[in-house]
Amino acid sequence: MKRVLQILALVAALGVPAVWLATGANRGWTKTSVPVKTLDEVTGIEGISYQKKFLPGVDFLGAGFGGAAVLAGASLFFRKPKNKNQQKQ
Amino acid sequence: MKLTHIIPLISLATAVYAAPQSFDFKDPKGVNNAVFKLDAPLESINGSASGISGTVSFDLENPAATTGKIVVAAESLTVPNPMQKEHLHGANWLDVAKYPEISFETKSLANVKTDGNVTTADVTGTFSLHGVAKEITVLVKFTYLKDKLASRVPNLKGDLLVIRANFVINREDFNINKGQYEDKVSPTIDLSLSIAGAAITK
Repeated sequence: MKRVLQILALVAALGVPAVWLATGANRGWTKTSVPVKTLDEVTGIEGISYQKKFLPGVDFLGAGFGGAAVLAGASLFFRKPKNKNQQKQ
Repeated sequence: MKLTHIIPLISLATAVYAAPQSFDFKDPKGVNNAVFKLDAPLESINGSASGISGTVSFDLENPAATTGKIVVAAESLTVPNPMQKEHLHGANWLDVAKYPEISFETKSLANVKTDGNVTTADVTGTFSLHGVAKEITVLVKFTYLKDKLASRVPNLKGDLLVIRANFVINREDFNINKGQYEDKVSPTIDLSLSIAGAAITK
């Protein structure tokens, strides 16, 4: 169990920033939609519509690191599994 | 036909020609928008509103006589973060359920300058937000596009009026959390309006 929690903590600590970086390293809050601008050629007005898109922000990054810390911390409450030789002694 | 008969006809024709047109700003293409920006030290909030309606009476021959009211549906204010949007619409901020409209109604125009089809003017009017009405003056650019409605809406003939304005308001003037959260929510709000209205001709 200890090992599983440690691996999950490592995955969260590395995976979350990787996802954040891969999606554009948004330094604002997480967005679930992004503005899309379209030019109206007759009037010259740039219309704004919103397209559904998940763009993780710093809160996502914080939650990822927080989750990793919780998992790593939880792993400390489990004892290291003894190997068979130690168990025989 | 006597001259006494002709003069009223000419007067009537001139009056019809020079009459101000009423432009409807309910845009069937949904392009009209108002953009708002709040740049606080810790947080920047950018969004837009698309629920725009209202009418403006405009006469290119006499733009100083322009009157009208533009209304933005508060519910249409959108920001990309869903929690921010919920807070923005909520009772602690804009309270869109209680105050569903944001509006600007003209009172007078000053410094009116026309160059071709473009008119600029300092428009004084009543800006209403969050249940508070305040008189403000805004530099507005009017662009009159004659017979251009058909280019946007194929089955309709008429003229277009494009209105652009950029101005700043203070949220504390409108009783929106006065003096609070200023590190995260800027006390000043930059507003940018880009809208087109149509006057249908038969």
